[in-house]
Amino acid sequence: MSEDILVATNLTKSFRRAGNRVVALNGVSLTLKRGETIGLVGPSGSGKSTLARILVRLIEPESGALAFDGVDLLAQRGAGLRRLRRRFQMVFQDPLAAFNPRATVAGALADPLRVQKIVSESERPSEIVRLLNRVGLSSSLADRGIGEISGGQRQRVAIARALASRPDLIVLDEAVSALDVSIRGKILDLLVDLQRQDGIAYVFVSHDIAVVRAVAHRIAIMDAGSIVETGPTPSVVAAPRSAIGQSLVAAVPRLLTEQDLLPYE
Amino acid sequence: MSGVLAEIRGLAVSYDASDAGGTAALVDVDLEIVAGERLAVIGESGSGKSTLALALSGLLPTGAALTGRITWPGLASQPRPGRDIGYVFQNPDASLDPVMSIGKQIAEVVRFNFGMTWRDAETHAINLLGRVRLPDPSAIYRAYPHQLSGGQRQRAAVAAAIAARPKLLIADEATSALDSVVQAELVRLLDELVSTDGMTLLFITHDIALASSFADRIAVFQGGRLVEVGPTRRVIGMPAEAYTIGLLVSHIDLATPPLISRSGQ
Amino acid sequence: MTVLSRLMRQPEGLFGVVILSTLAIVALSAPLVFPRDPLSIVARPLIPPLSDWSVPLGTDRLGRDVLTALVYGARASLSVGLAAAATAVVVGSLVGTLAGFIGGIVDEVLMRVVDAFQIVPAFLLALALVSVAGPSLGVVVVAIALGAWTGPARLVRAEVLSIRERDYVAAARVIGMHPLEIALAQVLPGAIAPVLALSSVIVAAAILVEAALSFLGLGDPNTVTWGTMIAEGRTVLRTAPFLSIIPGVALVVTVVGVYLLTDGLNEALARRRVKA
Repeated sequence: MSEDILVATNLTKSFRRAGNRVVALNGVSLTLKRGETIGLVGPSGSGKSTLARILVRLIEPESGALAFDGVDLLAQRGAGLRRLRRRFQMVFQDPLAAFNPRATVAGALADPLRVQKIVSESERPSEIVRLLNRVGLSSSLADRGIGEISGGQRQRVAIARALASRPDLIVLDEAVSALDVSIRGKILDLLVDLQRQDGIAYVFVSHDIAVVRAVAHRIAIMDAGSIVETGPTPSVVAAPRSAIGQSLVAAVPRLLTEQDLLPYE
Repeated sequence: MSGVLAEIRGLAVSYDASDAGGTAALVDVDLEIVAGERLAVIGESGSGKSTLALALSGLLPTGAALTGRITWPGLASQPRPGRDIGYVFQNPDASLDPVMSIGKQIAEVVRFNFGMTWRDAETHAINLLGRVRLPDPSAIYRAYPHQLSGGQRQRAAVAAAIAARPKLLIADEATSALDSVVQAELVRLLDELVSTDGMTLLFITHDIALASSFADRIAVFQGGRLVEVGPTRRVIGMPAEAYTIGLLVSHIDLATPPLISRSGQ
Repeated sequence: MTVLSRLMRQPEGLFGVVILSTLAIVALSAPLVFPRDPLSIVARPLIPPLSDWSVPLGTDRLGRDVLTALVYGARASLSVGLAAAATAVVVGSLVGTLAGFIGGIVDEVLMRVVDAFQIVPAFLLALALVSVAGPSLGVVVVAIALGAWTGPARLVRAEVLSIRERDYVAAARVIGMHPLEIALAQVLPGAIAPVLALSSVIVAAAILVEAALSFLGLGDPNTVTWGTMIAEGRTVLRTAPFLSIIPGVALVVTVVGVYLLTDGLNEALARRRVKA
């Protein structure tokens, strides 16, 4: 067992768009320790979502290396890769798009349990109930359609689905950006609790540095396909060195700051 | 600040009463929109904030039942949509025609409302594209929506919305789909446009901090009801309703205590 | 259930359902109501319709009952039409799904095969196969399906191309689902709706091709079909036109029924999509 759960070295990726080559990633390296959260922050088009998808092998990089718990991830193929997928999961931005529209809550949670053979078929219903309870949902939701529950509940189901295979790493791609403000905080609380209990490492992708600051131990700021700045969260947020880091910090909407306006605090 | 632009009395809207639940989107709303003000309408999904905007601009879908009364003391007659009210949607692709050049779409609005020649309309449209700070307006004039970035498309949509010099500009979550840096720029632009043109701005958002950064007044909606309305400093500093306090507490900015330090990591 | 009730509320859908369910009931109950072999001789030849109530629609050149033949013909026409359309939809959907989902060289090869089949007129294809393999029910079904599977294949491929980019397909890959399961269990069900709308058109076309094949004497000689009835009536067209007209009208009513059902179905499905 190595101390680093994920080591990415010099990843590059470009897409062909209207005949032109557009560089999405330009030699990106990062390291993530077990149980740690790294926040990937950047404006749209900075390559953070491309990087997130490469880390879980949804997109193939053109060059570079990717080691997951010491295993060369890019060398994995077919059944071996599918087995290894148990250990790294992903939560998407739009929970409605991330589920088959015909799925039920129980069906969506049963998929990883069945595919990765986590529990026997007879234990599956009780495991689904356990997963729902872990993310703060009532087991009565199990038979509902994915379209019949609220957005916040849906994102909790997405997190439960990621937890189902008991992973070491979850990549969260703008996982709270589409949620209402009051729900967002609760989901962040849930993620932090789960990390404390299970020691899961997170790659937390967001354009909102304030949200990242609340959950990440370290921050990597991306711009135009490169990581331009990285460091412990407090120091990066307090004194960003890169220009994009400074504008990300400046762009955070602040409540009126005069303390006398906030008598309830 | 002059007189009242629009007066809403006892407004109620419900969609498709035959549908399960027959849910009312708005219930018993009394609200005045003061001419020249920047009024922020805050609410989470399902709060009815978008329905309010649609009702004001006469864009409610067929089948929606509206009761109550909207009068326009600030206008000579009933508002003509597109002329007296400009509308910027969350998704610029919903308001821009994908197969017509940006400039032509704007020039058409100008021609239709002011009876200009194509040549005058083109000059006017290029001028407008400059006003929304798009780089190289005459090149953008000839560009098609897909050739622009999301932020640029939204700027073009703003240019089209203000082309007819409306009295009221409605921005319905117009910045929510953008990353935080572009969002901050667009908010600054809207703020500047309404103050130079003397427009009234109805800024609909789920983000109370974003609203507090520039709105004169804030109206908070929840579950179809107007919870409270007042000057920004009062609503932020001395919220009267528990719901508003909840929104303020769940707001995450750079002053929020990080969740991970709480968990002792 | 809701789609069905919406379907019945459309006049087109209602008429389509009434016509086709009547036909289906008639075809299914044929052996009970008309226990006689449709090929057996029951009366003197060429009795005109509505003149002898033991043979209400008259008799043909050999003295066989036209009504019995018509009812048994409905069995043949409908079952061949449905079987051929089902074969075409299943094969087309599978090919379309694989081509769209795997992409690359597989897509390229499969779609060129589709092109090749689309270039040859469907009826010529059917003629060629039946004349080589001999006229039996199974061969006729395959022959008709051969010219009809390309439409579903193209349609499914186009849908799959857009569905495979959705997040839920990526989410299925993330949990380690086998690609074949993703293609068939996750992607295909979402792509099938437009094909179902098209499938009734395929049924109508298949019924017509089957009739045309039988008319040319390339149907199964041991079964009565509307096509063979028309073909036999042809020889006495001047003296007994009813022998061709009656199965002809049956054919028209069936095809119109299928089209009405399609229209109603499209409408009902579109309504649902608007609501959702």
